Amino acid sequence: MDREHDNVEQSLPVHRRHVPPLYGVMAEFESPSDLVAAARRVYSLGYRRINGYSPYPIEELSEAIGFTHTSLPLIVFIGGLVGGLSGFFMQYWMEVIDYPLNVGGKPFNSWPAFVPITFEMTVLFAAFAAVLGMLVLNKLPQPYHPVFNAPNFVLATRDRFFLAIEANDPKFNHAEVVDLLKSLDALEVNDVEV
Amino acid sequence: MQDEEQKPYIEGPMHSTTPMIDPGLTFASVTDKISSIVLKRKTSLAWFFGFAISFALFQLMLLTMTNLVFVGIGLWGVNVPVAWGVAILNFVWWIGIGHAGTLISAILLLLRQRWRTSINRFAEAMTLFAVAQAGMYPIFHLGRPWLAYWLFPYPNTMGIWPQFRSPLMWDVFAVSTYATVSAMFWFVGLIPDFATLRDRARSKPFQMVYGLLAMGWRGSARHWHRYEMAYLLLAGLATPLVLSVHTIVSFDFAVGIIPGWHATIFPPYFVAGAIYAGFAMVLLLTIPLRRFYGLEGFITMRHMHNMAKVMLATGLIVGYGYMMEAFFGWYSGNKYERFMIWNRMHGPYHLYYWALILCNIVTPQFLWVKKIRSNLLLLWIISFVISIGMWLERFVIVVTSLHRDYLPSSWGMYQPTQWDWGMFIGSIGFFLTLLFLFIRFLPMISIFEMRTILPEAEVEE
Repeated sequence: MDREHDNVEQSLPVHRRHVPPLYGVMAEFESPSDLVAAARRVYSLGYRRINGYSPYPIEELSEAIGFTHTSLPLIVFIGGLVGGLSGFFMQYWMEVIDYPLNVGGKPFNSWPAFVPITFEMTVLFAAFAAVLGMLVLNKLPQPYHPVFNAPNFVLATRDRFFLAIEANDPKFNHAEVVDLLKSLDALEVNDVEV
Repeated sequence: MQDEEQKPYIEGPMHSTTPMIDPGLTFASVTDKISSIVLKRKTSLAWFFGFAISFALFQLMLLTMTNLVFVGIGLWGVNVPVAWGVAILNFVWWIGIGHAGTLISAILLLLRQRWRTSINRFAEAMTLFAVAQAGMYPIFHLGRPWLAYWLFPYPNTMGIWPQFRSPLMWDVFAVSTYATVSAMFWFVGLIPDFATLRDRARSKPFQMVYGLLAMGWRGSARHWHRYEMAYLLLAGLATPLVLSVHTIVSFDFAVGIIPGWHATIFPPYFVAGAIYAGFAMVLLLTIPLRRFYGLEGFITMRHMHNMAKVMLATGLIVGYGYMMEAFFGWYSGNKYERFMIWNRMHGPYHLYYWALILCNIVTPQFLWVKKIRSNLLLLWIISFVISIGMWLERFVIVVTSLHRDYLPSSWGMYQPTQWDWGMFIGSIGFFLTLLFLFIRFLPMISIFEMRTILPEAEVEE
């Protein structure tokens, strides 16, 4: 099957014949079950550069596209560790080394009194690591993305479900992919340009 | 989405009659109904009316603050021996109110209480706005609020550092961390809903603002996976955080050696009191809002019952705290402690004490009765009484402990002035102003989380 735009291309003068690079093919589904079933099928056929889009998180969907691991917990753990250590040693350095002050005869290193701030700093750094880590791993903010070009994609934040097979998948063959997606109960199958 | 272990609480005689949400809702209707409050519905006259009153009260706060900065905290009724007056008790009251929001959004998430979904966005907003009010009091209590940054350890020309053995320093870190983490938690929760609003908005400015805030969110499965992980981890961090914040607030008192403050019961009793006051405030705000915006399908009677029950449970813990305070006073054998508790009950402020018992111990007992829990007007009145009761509790703790300490020669009386009241009423105005703006410009119910609890969200395989 030819790409839809080829017809338009033919009607243009030769110097304007430029096919915008293809990002992938996008299928639209009615329900989460259809989407998950389609994703499983596509994955089982060996496609790996695939992604689902849904109005709410669907655990089965990320499993279906083979995305189950994220290093976010590790990032948060490191954030918390850095926060806790810097919280404690900040106090230690200030109260013991840089500005030792006798307060009611307490030892300079009165570590039990340093616990609350150490704890708060742990939480603060870990929370920043969680939020910033999530945004960075997700490459957000990203104002433009090709999938926004897909027809009806505004409904991805309402009640529609989408599955994209990206053009850079090693197995990607335009005609095959379109046929495959059409066979999977998709409402619509469209090309998405970069 | 809903596997067996998430379901059991739906069973039972009460829950079979009171669903978590209106069973007729769909992805489309949930989305349209909540986003239309922000995007389509005409701003009602009642909104403008409420906003105008709140904004006028907010001006009272600005006026009070301006005068306070020019004249000094002598404007307030505080003086030795009662150097902490209404300002500090308002700080504790506001921050306590905030705690219910974090409890709903974080602790109930970890406990898989899915009914929290309808109220968590609103409760988190309440947290954030309450913490903003709370933060102002200690800063203005400094007397020279423009030097508030001295509280933070920063390299300075004086060559000195803060004194980290003081609970007041712990408080600085606890409250600022709490405010920051609550704001992040709230914002992260809003990102997918900003995307929903971006895609539904008709006018260019709204599309641009919501588009900027959504940061290009597109609901990708990979994004959702990391998002859910981040949200869960934040909830896990916010849970001990919220407990630590009111614990540290109670340390402000408990570390001191004033009779009536120096008690080990303070941290748990303060945390329970905070949740108690917070749920009262959530009910106080949700009952009218739900009716006004027709959200009965989202916030059902089940939510009202559950919140009333949490209030009853925490109210009983608070009651236990009062009992223990009295018991400690007697059992300590310490004449100052014994005098303190006698003075609370029979001294010059005894009316505050008995009003507190009436509001906080007697009133919530009505919540045992299902009929009363089901009557929203009564529930609203009970919540209002509890809010007053929690304010009185802090008054009793702060003022009656300070006004009679060890030396009778340093005894005194405390009376809040009009400026104390001005700042308190003004801060309620500021709080309501922020809430009115919030319900007008942001979705007050988390749209994407509502979608997850719909029956059609279940994946059939």
